[in-house]
Amino acid sequence: MFAYYLDLALRSLKRNKVLTALMVLAIAVGIGASMTTLTVMHLLSGDPLPGRSGQIFFPQLNPDASRPHAKEPSAVMDYHSAVDLWSARRADRQALIVDSMIKVVAPDATLPPLRLDMLSTTVDFFPMFEVPFRYGSSWSADDDAKHSRVAVISDDLNDKLFGGVDSVGRTLRLGGSDVRIVGVLKPWRPVPLFYEAWGAYTKPQDVMTPFSTGLEINDGHFQQYNCWHIPDTPGHLQDAPCSWVTLWVQLDDAAKAGAYQRFVADYAAQQKSTGRFTSTVTRLRNLMRWLDYIGVVPSDVRLQMWLAFAFLAICLFNTVGLLLAKFLRRAGELGVRRALGATRGAVFAQCLVEAGLIGLLGGVGGWLLTLAGLWLVGRQPTDYADLIRLDLPMFLTTFALAIATSLLAGLLPAVRASRVVPALQLKVL
Amino acid sequence: MQIRPILSALRHHRLATLLIALEIALACAVLCNACFLIAVRVSAMAIHSGVDETALAQIKLDCDDCNASDLNARVLSGLGKLPGVQSVSVINAVPFGDHAGTAGITLDAAGQHSGGVVDFYAAGPGSFQALGLQLLAGPLPKQDDFRAITNFLPADASVWVTRALADHLWPDANPLGKEFWMDKFHFRVAGVLEHLARPGGGEGGPLTREWSVYVPTQPGAQLSGNYLLRAEPAQLQQVLRDAPAALAKIAPDAVFDKMASRSIGALRDGYFQADRAMAGILIGVIAALLLVTALGIVGLASFWVAQRRRQIGIRRAIGATRGDILRYFQIENFLIVTFGIVLGMLLAYALNLLLMMQYELPRLPLYYLPVGALILWVLGQLAVLGPALRAAAVPPVVATRSV
Repeated sequence: MFAYYLDLALRSLKRNKVLTALMVLAIAVGIGASMTTLTVMHLLSGDPLPGRSGQIFFPQLNPDASRPHAKEPSAVMDYHSAVDLWSARRADRQALIVDSMIKVVAPDATLPPLRLDMLSTTVDFFPMFEVPFRYGSSWSADDDAKHSRVAVISDDLNDKLFGGVDSVGRTLRLGGSDVRIVGVLKPWRPVPLFYEAWGAYTKPQDVMTPFSTGLEINDGHFQQYNCWHIPDTPGHLQDAPCSWVTLWVQLDDAAKAGAYQRFVADYAAQQKSTGRFTSTVTRLRNLMRWLDYIGVVPSDVRLQMWLAFAFLAICLFNTVGLLLAKFLRRAGELGVRRALGATRGAVFAQCLVEAGLIGLLGGVGGWLLTLAGLWLVGRQPTDYADLIRLDLPMFLTTFALAIATSLLAGLLPAVRASRVVPALQLKVL
Repeated sequence: MQIRPILSALRHHRLATLLIALEIALACAVLCNACFLIAVRVSAMAIHSGVDETALAQIKLDCDDCNASDLNARVLSGLGKLPGVQSVSVINAVPFGDHAGTAGITLDAAGQHSGGVVDFYAAGPGSFQALGLQLLAGPLPKQDDFRAITNFLPADASVWVTRALADHLWPDANPLGKEFWMDKFHFRVAGVLEHLARPGGGEGGPLTREWSVYVPTQPGAQLSGNYLLRAEPAQLQQVLRDAPAALAKIAPDAVFDKMASRSIGALRDGYFQADRAMAGILIGVIAALLLVTALGIVGLASFWVAQRRRQIGIRRAIGATRGDILRYFQIENFLIVTFGIVLGMLLAYALNLLLMMQYELPRLPLYYLPVGALILWVLGQLAVLGPALRAAAVPPVVATRSV
């Protein structure tokens, strides 16, 4: 039966090529626009740590003495709060994070000096965020404690400086200090770059050192996120009234998360009682809630998506109107079919098959337009341009959305067509 | 031409009429709001930076180990010798570049009365003239206005503020001689500038875009590495091409920041790139939207013309002219589009309210609605013209034939 309906649909589509082309075009353009923006949205709002993001938490408190009535704590912490919470070791894993610009020279390479963003963190960073290693491994907790002059570098930087060979054990000059490379990462590109507190889509830093080491070798070059008084020595923020250090923790179950939340709240209360804090507001959001809270997806991308769906709705109305015209124009033919014994259901199914076929054709066009749209998005100078591609789920979504749209558009016209009164049509003939 | 028979004919096609009207309503809502979004972006892009953009460029060097004063002296004299260069001065930031001196100010020494978050331009001798700032009140900075920096800015300085900032801080008073503070730093207004945009966008939206303070500062350890280069506009590109090689000789130990070292015009282009792309996308959406709507009207009108061939023939046979038939379809289209527009205006307003909540947009100015309506009326008439002409061409003899 389906094959017969398909044959009828093909004949009908061929009969009025202009109208068919109009409908296919409308669906294709609507699907192309929607899927382009939906794909970008899908890429940018994804989970950077699938399966583990529920156990990763972002503790926050409000060290800013100038905002005693703040509703929300500050995004990052001052040095003392961050180190206090970190050294208490109340979480399953915990990592301090700070980044700073530094001059990087490979002594045995002939490249001009680079100026790179250096990530300084503690050893839990690597297992907590499942950072993959190509050569060597991360530094040890001992290196953190001893301020060891060691570093982990990215795959990219290893290619650039050492031609991609195993560079573990070689020396890198960071600022004025020599550090020994202990590990080289595999390509690693979490999207978004979640561990940066302000939400970014850039690549992870190319150079990583122990937190304590980074503070020493790049002393005087740290940027604050916010200061409530001018620091005495710019760039040296350990005792400054500034927030600039990020803390991430891993808490394996809900009970631990609850306990940690109380721990952070108690810490804030205790700091307020000593007079260092003026506010006890704290938060402990898990990774996805935190990304949602800071609105990591650029607002332009969201706006484009809503715009595209409004456009798809217009295309949908357009297709409903055209399908209605098309089906009712064939009222005579449908009347004959009904008179010869086809049920209403059969006529309805036949019309829907025709609508679905238009959707399929529109889906092919929409897929091509989506590819073109994504190519355009990829050429924009954004941090995420290199990530733009159509993955399999989105490819399938394209066709599912196209067919769903056309079936939805075909529903009303098909109902109308199946209600054609056979006698009336036959009389006209 | 009577409207009544058209209305009663439309009543027979309620569903199709409603569909096309809804499509037009949605199109009207999206059209008005998309045009408004474009206008908002374009007006943001039209901002007056207050500096001679065609003649200026930023040169940025990073040098952690350099002696700052020595680096400044070497760069100022070295770059100044390049052909075409008119002046080189030290500055912490430039409009459309990275921000460097963003801080909250207060109107009292105790820090109780906040004046908002502003951007400080800590700028060395010669930079006022190089920027080409327009003075509204007060004198030009004198030699002894350039104070030595302590930490972030000079501890006590005469400053030049923009008119926008002066109007915000002291709406009804003469700003000259007024004081304000940033933490323990104390400033006294010596002059008012017509325009000077802050490096990046203001935190409080477009109204704060020009909350800038020009602080004459003596270059030194805390003010080095970032330079304002002024050249003959025609020679600026050549100077920028020559600069990296010259700097490699002048300051071999410094890392040249290629991304930041561009002309102010290029920095401006980069700064507004996302807005331009968004405006382009919106224009594309509007074009596609109008096209799809027009095609929908063409499709449905063609269908109705074909369906009514016999009736048209009969009307022609009993005396209707071609013009009557043409006008019939035009008026019919006008009625449907009008119905859509009325719905669409309400929808446009609702959509704008939604956008205002989500994106801090201002309210949609009312004149967008009639303009949007006019566009859709014209579009409807153009789209229906083809099918209506075909209808008008139906010969009266059709009436005598059966199908």
